[in-house]
Amino acid sequence: MIANEEQASALVRQAPQETFVLNLGPQHPATHGVLRVKLTMDGEFITRAEPVCGYIHRMQEKMGENRPYAQFLPNTSRIDYLSAMTYTHAFVGAVERAAKIQVPPRAEYIRVLTSELNRISSHLVWWGAFLLDLGGFTPLLYAFDDREKILDLLEGITGARLTYAYFRIGGLYNDVDDAFLTGTRAFVQHMRPRLKMYRELVTENIILRKRLDGIGPISREMCRKYGATGPVIRGSGVPYDVRKCESYSAYSDFDFEIPCYREGDSMARYLVRLEEIAQSLRIIEQAMDKLPAGPVMAEKVPRVLKLPAGDYCYAVEAARGRFMVRLVSDNKEIPYRVKLRTPCLSNLSLFEEASQGMLLPDALALMGSLDLVIPDIDR
Amino acid sequence: MAAPVFPPLPGPDLLSLCSFPLEVADYALKGYHLNAIVSPDQVLNAAADLDRAGLALDTITGVDWLVEGQMEVVYDYFHPNTGLRAVVRTKVPRANPVLPSISQVFPGANWHERETHDFFGIEFAGHPNLAPFLLPEDATYHPLRKDFIA
Repeated sequence: MIANEEQASALVRQAPQETFVLNLGPQHPATHGVLRVKLTMDGEFITRAEPVCGYIHRMQEKMGENRPYAQFLPNTSRIDYLSAMTYTHAFVGAVERAAKIQVPPRAEYIRVLTSELNRISSHLVWWGAFLLDLGGFTPLLYAFDDREKILDLLEGITGARLTYAYFRIGGLYNDVDDAFLTGTRAFVQHMRPRLKMYRELVTENIILRKRLDGIGPISREMCRKYGATGPVIRGSGVPYDVRKCESYSAYSDFDFEIPCYREGDSMARYLVRLEEIAQSLRIIEQAMDKLPAGPVMAEKVPRVLKLPAGDYCYAVEAARGRFMVRLVSDNKEIPYRVKLRTPCLSNLSLFEEASQGMLLPDALALMGSLDLVIPDIDR
Repeated sequence: MAAPVFPPLPGPDLLSLCSFPLEVADYALKGYHLNAIVSPDQVLNAAADLDRAGLALDTITGVDWLVEGQMEVVYDYFHPNTGLRAVVRTKVPRANPVLPSISQVFPGANWHERETHDFFGIEFAGHPNLAPFLLPEDATYHPLRKDFIA
């Protein structure tokens, strides 16, 4: 029992020195998958947040080392399942680079076109789920409504709704048809006013602003030290985009901008992604306008591929940042080593430092703004 | 369509900042601009030099060369402003694979080194916490070693 004020204030003084461990996940809706974070809390404030990874580790890299190149291809759609096109692109790109396979221009254009559609659908999932984390349920329904149109379009040409494995070594699984092209044009027309609506309904919302403005700042130096890429580094004022600085495939043929914000807070990362949707729409339109005729598969791709000995890297700008495949070949049918450099691992690795001293709900906003896909971290 | 080659960075700044030999690689074929082979004790210096030159840590990984009895460790770097890619590699004996940790220079190396330790059993001296990262907490095996049978 507290006898007097002096005793009471003594208790208050002692209290902050006491911390407790709070377990978040691995089965928690805010961790989007199976990520666990061991939080050491000082009241409502985080003193240390240690992510615990590996709950859905599948040893993808070992799978890459015990089968021929073409047979590992479907796995590349299952690392970041929301960004399957770009991941497959990096893998086939690395093999094509090593085997010196010339991909026909039409195939490269369709690769860009489908990758950008995939980027939009990925950003829409993030947008809906992120706002769900912050307590707004409705935007998710709008986002999934729009995303459904992309999934239908891609299903028409790839046969899959999520794990496409559409790119093949030397080209594509099949050509696009007229239904896809007219459908994509209609989607672009549909999406632009929707983005305006998203902005008016959600982005300008005072509650959202209060939750995100100035919350979870990440400096450009922190991004560099941890190797954070994608919308995370672009939200911290560095216009780093693999599509521009290691321009691959047909990206140099298109006119597009890299959205970049200097603030480094959760709002900056939010705005980067929304503007990227608009830029992707621009690329998609240009790719359809300039789509060259011709084959979609390189001639004479050997059925049994043996890459010259050596190591080969190929990086792409996935929806979450830089994804790189590093192949090491010893001139056999089966790769000697397949390294998958995934963006989410690096982006999450800065969470421990960035979340120090934050309120728990703010740290969850920060985590949501990193756009994590857990199989991408655990592989 | 061949991807346009990023202008090779002569980077007199970078080359003069680095106390280890960097070779210019064929980007169109390899996917990186600069390559360096260093001895294990130079790894930390190399990281510090590249840090001073403004590069970011991309990833760290291993390659098990079973026949040669060596473990190769590959450090990938990129420059966030120019897109320059640099690779630093070193080899350690397979029987006693120990390297200095670079997590003091790049805190992001912490997880990459833990992963490399998981998969290859390479020790990183000075690492704050080499506990299993992706493997189960009681794992005693290293699945990417070429003599590992699942």
